[in-house]
Amino acid sequence: MPIEVNGKSYETDEEGYLANLNEWEPAIGEAMAAAEDCQLTDEHWDIINFLREYYEEYQIAPAVRVLTKAVGKRLGKEKGNSKYLYDLFPYGPGKQACKYAGLPKPTGCV
Amino acid sequence: MATLHTVNKSPFESATFETCLGLAKSGSTVLLIEDGVYAATTGNSAADAISNAEGINFAVLGPDAKARGVESKLADGIKVVDYTGFVELAAEHDTVQAWL
Amino acid sequence: MAKKFMYLNRKAPYGTVYALESLEVVLIGAAFDQDVSLAFVGDGVYQLTKGQKTDDIGQKNFSPTYSALGDYDVNKIYVEKESLEERGLSLDDLQHLVWEDEDEDWAEKDSIRLVSRAELADVLAEQDITLSF
Repeated sequence: MPIEVNGKSYETDEEGYLANLNEWEPAIGEAMAAAEDCQLTDEHWDIINFLREYYEEYQIAPAVRVLTKAVGKRLGKEKGNSKYLYDLFPYGPGKQACKYAGLPKPTGCV
Repeated sequence: MATLHTVNKSPFESATFETCLGLAKSGSTVLLIEDGVYAATTGNSAADAISNAEGINFAVLGPDAKARGVESKLADGIKVVDYTGFVELAAEHDTVQAWL
Repeated sequence: MAKKFMYLNRKAPYGTVYALESLEVVLIGAAFDQDVSLAFVGDGVYQLTKGQKTDDIGQKNFSPTYSALGDYDVNKIYVEKESLEERGLSLDDLQHLVWEDEDEDWAEKDSIRLVSRAELADVLAEQDITLSF
């Protein structure tokens, strides 16, 4: 089902992930979050931006365990735990944050 | 009768390249594509087969060599062609034999 | 009790789907906290070459993903010396893969271990499970 953002239509897969990650812009992430009653804060964006950078470098969305460890290293120990990440993204940091970031679902994430 | 032979298998993985060289006549061209491009890299144990094959022209499909990170390691005297060049080679030869 | 898992990679990338499939299984399997090793032999060593650029063949370039293996605690990557030599390659032609040791203040350490055929045979003999791709 395509998603409408600022009058433009973007293709997504059946689970709502953006079909073409090059089309992504922050407004798409905002719109996807709004549709799931999630108000994106700076803390959310830290994670979303981190995921995009990780994908850019390694061509994969990291597994939650990898994300947790990397966030702890990059953004501080108090953020590098699953409670912090699940508080931000209750549907699962992998699934939900990757979707807002315009990335495919992480490999091995069901 | 000049034939264009295409080989898409690594010389280490199968005997395709060797068999092709054994049956290719002087004046024909062997175009290495897909995993076949590895045969055209310097210093590999199949490289002698290319330098010893008299009268046979060798070409490599550039996009396949680039994808595999071996573009800069291709042996001297091997022509690099793009997809248009592939078509031109096919047109210049009387027949095309695709070795699978 | 963690089992010793070996992923044995024997095929060049892109020509067949084995290399990519193996990498995906490794990443998925990394969630199960086993003792994982990878070995690259035969044409498998081509998976790790530097400078792969797949834009012109319309396939995804998955070579950058090997650099993420350290994050997945996959840091025993064996490369067979004879396979490199037969192909006119040396370690310099391969990507430099590292992992960060959390216990030593994230010190970077090499993941690739260059081994002879005989040494690799010993490593393979120690495994509980070997998956060949």
